[in-house]
Amino acid sequence: MTTYYSKDHEWISVDGDTATIGITGYAQEQLGDVVYVELPEVGKALSKGDEAAVVESVKAASEVYAAVGGEVVEANDALVDEPAKVNDDPEGAAWFIKVKLADAGELEDLMDAAAYKAYVDTL
Amino acid sequence: MAGPDVSGDLKRTPLYDLHIELGARMVPFAGYEMPVQYPSGIMNEHLHTRAAAGLFDVSHMGQAILHGPDHETTARALEALVPSNMMELGRGKQRYTVLLNGEGGIVDDLMVTRPLSQDRDGQLLLVVNAARKDVDYPLLKAGLPENIRLEILEDRALIAVQGPEAVAVVAAHAPAAADLGFMSGDFMEFDGIACHIARAGYTGEDGVEMSVPAGTAEAIARALLADERVKPVGLGARDSLRLEAGLCLYGHDLDETTSPVEGAITFAMQKRRREEGGFPGADRIQAELRDGPGRLRVGLKLEGRAPAREGAEIRLPGGPVVGTVTSGGFAPTLGAPIAMGYVAAEHSAVGTKLDLVVRGKDLPAEVVDMPFVPNRYYRKPKTA
Repeated sequence: MTTYYSKDHEWISVDGDTATIGITGYAQEQLGDVVYVELPEVGKALSKGDEAAVVESVKAASEVYAAVGGEVVEANDALVDEPAKVNDDPEGAAWFIKVKLADAGELEDLMDAAAYKAYVDTL
Repeated sequence: MAGPDVSGDLKRTPLYDLHIELGARMVPFAGYEMPVQYPSGIMNEHLHTRAAAGLFDVSHMGQAILHGPDHETTARALEALVPSNMMELGRGKQRYTVLLNGEGGIVDDLMVTRPLSQDRDGQLLLVVNAARKDVDYPLLKAGLPENIRLEILEDRALIAVQGPEAVAVVAAHAPAAADLGFMSGDFMEFDGIACHIARAGYTGEDGVEMSVPAGTAEAIARALLADERVKPVGLGARDSLRLEAGLCLYGHDLDETTSPVEGAITFAMQKRRREEGGFPGADRIQAELRDGPGRLRVGLKLEGRAPAREGAEIRLPGGPVVGTVTSGGFAPTLGAPIAMGYVAAEHSAVGTKLDLVVRGKDLPAEVVDMPFVPNRYYRKPKTA
């Protein structure tokens, strides 16, 4: 299993042709207390860059864009009932969606953990 | 809240260094670098204010004094610009009012305090919104007669302490604060520093707003924060607290097009002023009082979990657009989303079902009374 990161502060953990997508610790820290999460329907086809989910803090709403394209095979409905999980365990239990990768080549545009850390340090 | 200042030339309040030391996230607001939250986060800051006491730096707000020969003259002059009764405002009493334009639209909302001391007869203390100083001060100067002088206080900070423990905390340093009634103020010493303290605020809780010399602000804030009941609170929680309290934020819930009647703040218009008029836009405002306004600010409670934000359309279920959300978000005290907005008056009754349009979806909501969270303002016990 390999984990990739996007400049939009998402993590993408790839196991075979399934990618699990969530937001990074940096992202949840910037958002603050998460009070609402909206997830896509299972079966929805996402192209890279499509709006995949919505996450709202007390203060504002933010979109989560699909860092890679594919069909949604699972959504983490636990987040809908307990949005604060996104703050508690963003890179673990609070994953957002799993997609069946449409094009593994899209992973090449993403960063590894070291590159992402270096990127965050520049912000 | 007002949009970010893009001039790149942001001002700092006297508490800037303390905010940084406390780990605040600073954002541009109304031309100032202000703390939006501290490390504990908006939710904790909000709930702590409702449970104990929050300290807010509101030094960006404009503080000014009107000086005239006597109270009647100063009050009469101000009454020409606002629809509230200033003549009968008692010594040491504070009143919420609005500056009006010629069309009866609201130029700003502000607090006016008549000093308690006879020595200050003829003065009125003003606190105006940071983002409106540049509009308010010229309007006041142009609209007041020559015998009334506007003194703009540039060397004062403003610190709010809000919450059920707030007055007890402040009274440990300024004992006279405990004797103030709600919407009353007086000059007094805080650990020997000359301040003006008013029992008022913007959260729906008991508490005070303290006008203090800029150079003493940090020492005063540190003295207050040394009390474990007090935590620093940023603009984020200030916004969610005032929304729960049903209080307007200028530039969002009130603007130059909205009248006090549409804005549902007619409590700021006392009987004599409603009847006599004599304020800018009186024709429109008196007609709205008589016939009802075309639109009205209402509270909205959403059924689901998704918040509706400022700008969301308000529709009749399955029908036409009848209004717009002007403030909306998540209410930490209620654990649910709430909003306020303007709707056509015929759809403003409490209990009316409306839809708020968010990302193309209709979220069911209902018109509810405000405040969303009951006020806990201090009421002085009646003496037998």
